Formats: sequence, C-alpha cells, structure tokens
Amino acid sequence: MEEPLRTILSSFTGKPDELIPIMQQVQHVYGYLPEHVMSEIAEFTGVPGSRVYAVATFYAQFRFTPIGRNHVTVCRGTSCHVRGVPRILEEIEKNLCISDGQTTEDMEYSLETVACIGACGLSPCIMINRKVKAKMTPKKVAELFSKGGHK
Amino acid sequence: MTLDFDEIQKRAHEEWETLKKSAQPLIFVGTATCGRSAGSLEVLETFQAEASRRDFDCTVVEVGCIGLCYAEPTVFITKPGRPGILYGDIDPGKAVELCERYLLCDDPAAEYALGTVGEGSIDTIPTLYQTAVFRQQVRRILRNCGFIDPANISHYIANEGYTGFMKALSSGPDQVIDEIRKSGLRGRGGAGFPTWRKWKFCKDAKSDEKYIICNGSEGDPGTFSNKLLFESDPHSILEGMLIAAFAVNAEKGYIYCPSEYPLALERLQRAINQMEKYGLLGNNIFGSSFNFHIKIKEGAGAYICGEETALIECIEGNRGIPRFRPPFPPVSGLWNNPTIINNVETLACVTLILQKGYEWFDELGTENSKGTKTFSLSGNIQHSGVVEVPLGITLEEIIYAIGGGARDNKKIKTVLIGGPGGGCVPPNLLDIPVDHDSLQKFGTSMGSGGIVVIDESTCMVDVACNFLEFSQRESCGTCVPCRLGTKKMYEIVKDITEGRGEPKHIDLLVELGEAIKLGSFCGLGQTAPNPVLSTIRYFLDEYKEHINSKKCPADVCNMNV
Repeated sequence: MEEPLRTILSSFTGKPDELIPIMQQVQHVYGYLPEHVMSEIAEFTGVPGSRVYAVATFYAQFRFTPIGRNHVTVCRGTSCHVRGVPRILEEIEKNLCISDGQTTEDMEYSLETVACIGACGLSPCIMINRKVKAKMTPKKVAELFSKGGHK
Repeated sequence: MTLDFDEIQKRAHEEWETLKKSAQPLIFVGTATCGRSAGSLEVLETFQAEASRRDFDCTVVEVGCIGLCYAEPTVFITKPGRPGILYGDIDPGKAVELCERYLLCDDPAAEYALGTVGEGSIDTIPTLYQTAVFRQQVRRILRNCGFIDPANISHYIANEGYTGFMKALSSGPDQVIDEIRKSGLRGRGGAGFPTWRKWKFCKDAKSDEKYIICNGSEGDPGTFSNKLLFESDPHSILEGMLIAAFAVNAEKGYIYCPSEYPLALERLQRAINQMEKYGLLGNNIFGSSFNFHIKIKEGAGAYICGEETALIECIEGNRGIPRFRPPFPPVSGLWNNPTIINNVETLACVTLILQKGYEWFDELGTENSKGTKTFSLSGNIQHSGVVEVPLGITLEEIIYAIGGGARDNKKIKTVLIGGPGGGCVPPNLLDIPVDHDSLQKFGTSMGSGGIVVIDESTCMVDVACNFLEFSQRESCGTCVPCRLGTKKMYEIVKDITEGRGEPKHIDLLVELGEAIKLGSFCGLGQTAPNPVLSTIRYFLDEYKEHINSKKCPADVCNMNV
C-alpha cells in the first residue's frame, strides 16, 4: 500500500460506516479518488468495490479526476443567482478558458459549481480553496484570475 | 480529575468579568464566514498591528457574527465608562482611523457606527436595539452571537451556559420531556413536528443503544442561519444535544454539518474538545450515570441528506436514499436503533427552554407556534443577514421594517420563502403572519427560514428554472416521477426561457407538477414542483409573454439560443 493512503487508513478501524470519512480524507490528500485507492478502501472496509463506487458517485463532493492547484467553486444558490452569479460564472470561464467541471491544462485551476455556499447575505459569492470571496463583480473576477497568469 | 460544575462556572465568571471590567478598550471583531469574506481577518490584524505600533493597551477578541451581513465586517468596541459601539463596513483603513480617533482620543467616529449597546448613551449614535433593523427583533437564540468568543467555552458558561443541562441532570428525563411539551416547541427544520413527541417515542422505545443526531445539513439555497449559530455559538447547540440525550438516555450523538462550512466544522470540533476537557462529555458526567459522546459527521454534498432517513443512511456510510416509513427514526433509526433527529435551531431552543423555563419561552409566538425563529434574508434586500423574530410577525414587517425593503430603490416583485420546496409570495400578500401553519395556505412553507427577496429586475421564469435545475440534480433517483419528472419540468422551463416555449407547456407543467407531488415518496419530490406551480399561479403573464411574444419582460433570458 502506498504511503499517503497507509497514513490515512491508520486512523480508521475499517468499519463500513467509515467509508465516507475515509474517502473525504483521501480526496483531501489526493485531490480526487483514484481508482486503485478505491479498491484499497473496499478491501480495508470490506465493502464491495461496486458499492464503494456507488456511494462515491452519489455524493457531489467526490471527484474521479485530478484537480488543479486552485479549486474554484461558484455558488448556484437562489440569492447568488438573482444577484448575478450567471454573469460571474461566465467571466470566470472566459478568464480561465475552461467551463464548469473542467481543469486548466497546466493544472493551475479547477472550476466547479455547488448548490449553495451559505454566504447568501453577501451574494454573489464564489470560493477559492475553501475561502469565500463575497460580493463578486466581473471586475473582481478579472483581478483575481489575472494574478495567476491567466488572461 | 475534572472539576465540578460550580467550580467551572466560578472560574468562567471570573474570566468573563475580568474581560468585561477591563480598564483597556476591548475590540470584538466578527470573524465568522461572512465577516471573513468581507475582510474581517485583515481588520483584526490591523487593530493588533496598530496597538503594538502606537503602543496602546487594548484586547482584541474574535467573536462570531451578529447577523448583519450587509454591514460586514463589523467591529464592536467597548471603553470603560462608555457604552459599547458597534461599527459596520470596517476596512483596514477605517480600523486605523478608529484607533486614532476613538481609542487614542475620544471621538467615537459616529459616521461608522451602527449603534450603541449597554449602559449609557452617546448623543450622535442611536441605541442599537432601537434602530430599525433591531427594533422588532428579539435576540434569544442569537443572544451570544457576536458578543462572545465561540472558541472559548468560558464565555458561554459565564452567560448561563450549560445551566439548562445541569437543571435537566438534577430533575430527570420525564421532567425534561414534560418541560419541552409544555413549551409547545415545534421542530425548526420545516415540518414543525412537536419536539417532545419525537423524544417521547424515542424514550419509550426499548433498546440499549439510542442516538441523537443534530441535523445541520441546511441545504436549502438561501438559508444560512444554522451556519451562523455553528460558527458563533456552537455550545448552545451542543447543550441542546446533551439535554436531548439525557431525556431519552442516548449515549451517542452525531452532528451533521455540510463540508461547505469549513469554519463551522472547525469551531464545532474545538467546542467538543472543550466539553470533553470540562467533563461535559464522556462517561458518568458530573458523577451521574449519564454517558454521552458526540462525533461530527461531515456532509458530502447531497441535498437529500437533509431528509432525516437519508441523513441516517449517509452516517451509516451508504448512498443517501430515504427509507420507507414507518418505522420512524425515534423507533428505528441509525443502525435500526431509536434515534432522535433534531434541527440545529430546535436544539438551541431546547437549551433556552431548560435554562429559562417554558413560561418564558411561551411569552412570544402564537397559539400554535411558540417562541422565536431565525430567518436568513438575502437576494435583493437592503439589510441582508440573519434576524430573529417572534413567530406570528408578518412577512411585511420582516422584509420592510427589519430588512429595509429592496436594494437600489427598486420595487419588490416577490418574496421566495422555504427554499426549493417553497414558493413565492407576491407583495400584496406580504401581510400574512409567519408561523408553522399560515404560509401553507399560499402553497409555500416557512421551511428552514430562508427568505430571498426578488426585485423587478428579476425574471420569475428564470428563477423557477434555477430551482428546477437544483431539484432535478438533487433528486436521489428512487421515485421515477421525481427523477424524470423534475428533469422534464426543467427542460420545459428551460425551453420557455430560451424562446422555444409553446402554449401547451403551461398546462403540461401544472399537470406534471401535480403528478410529481403525488407520486414521490419523500419531501424533495413532494415539494420540488412548488416554485413552478407558485410562479405560474402569481406570474402567469410572464410565462405567457415568454411563450407567446418570445420576450422576457425583465430582459434576463436570452430568447434566441
């Protein structure tokens, strides 16, 4: 078993209800759920591989492809929607040259949308690496993403 | 060896009094998520840096959020002999200015102040609780939010914290359930089920293992009051869990908190660690035979897990698919053991009822809806944030008197309440009282208290489309009418917003919507069509204009896709 996984699993006992917390930690370390790691998790918990995959695909949090160094999440909640998030998403897509669910070729940015970030009082919002950026405007988008070298 | 509660309380009071009576100015900076996203951590650093640079004494304390999202970052400053002053919209530049003018000299910088709190007054600044935003609010659940350090259990204990649990411990489980019964408390998660009945079912169920789950999934877009409470006063929720566990003799508890709330997860974990240190969790709590342990369960991004049996499935490590009922969770829940699932705010109310007594709790509210409720105000509203009001207040009072009406001098077109399963209330009907039952007559519900204000620049068909996009994505897939029906409804509404609408579509949407409601097993499918049905009911003209004239009256939709 490879090292990062061994460390993660050492804090668990292998009970089936640990499946989701294990996958959350794996994703935290690896950035996504690699197939071979899911097989190891299946063996560790005794949950059949097909079920591990079934659970992983049910929850929006889990990804199956590598993620960029910066993780950008755009809120699609009602408040953000009426305060102009569609425009913000468009601008980000334009700036990073990727669309929702994609990662830039240089692995610098991944872009995702989520149901609601819960910062509705300061909408429209996005999150970059789990930090909320509030009251977004197209101008702020340009400022945020041009720093990373993207046009 | 842990201390007894009296000793813990004594030490907490000493710590709190020392802070409060400090001869130095105290600077409380709100560093919950909303504050941070508006730059409060930079403000905090500025105060600390200025104090050392200019060499003046002060204490800087991180606190939670007072609920004024529109005025973030907020800073609360107290000086001996002066009332506390709450400042809004503070940036690092203004922080330097406040140090210069108020901390080093004695000019309270009234132009940045929102109001004063506490004894005494300042001519140029209104009393905070007399301002429009606060006048009709009653801060009970939110009493500590923005005024104590959520990372310091002593601050909570010094403000009557854990006295409710101690009262429970000395009275007995039946007395606790009776107290909750007399209070008339109904669940704050949306369904409004009497809390004591859930507890009684669970207590009467025969089993060696019982569980308490705090449902903090808060998945409705436009709802963030649970998050505020998690981040600003976590112990008030944890105390409620302790009380519930004691009442039904449960030994294990889970807090379900979304992964989208990293700060809430961090503060909850810290709070639990402190409880363990103080002997508030563990075996034989304060010498009694009561044992209780709490674990945090991080959500994995599935809206359906707000449904209690789906949440149980998620904790067990399965796909979050609702179970058939009966049996209900209080009889057979987590690992088929009796389980109570209460909403975050319900548990915070439990704490208050035990601390203050049911008579006090009942002073506010209506005949069938007792107490206060928090609401999350967002969208095109002037004073966005979290407010707490007595149940029975009208929507109009919440939106106009407290919320200040629409932003940018626009007119309110409608108010969305109850999230993706709720509906819209047009402005001429806003005088309805907000309680557990009244809103249902209008095809909507109080839900978990999310209110999104929509102004005239918004297209209602586009809003309905946004909701459906959400519901069809979040359907767990078990019931065909929900899985395929919401998807079909979404496609039809999408067609309408993109200029492909046909006259027959409106009847089709209504028919489909009714069928989905009838044919779905859980609350998601039963309510998912509501936003469409209710926008058709009140804004039929907008649909017709999209369909017949291929025009979007609000000029939001791109009709030539």
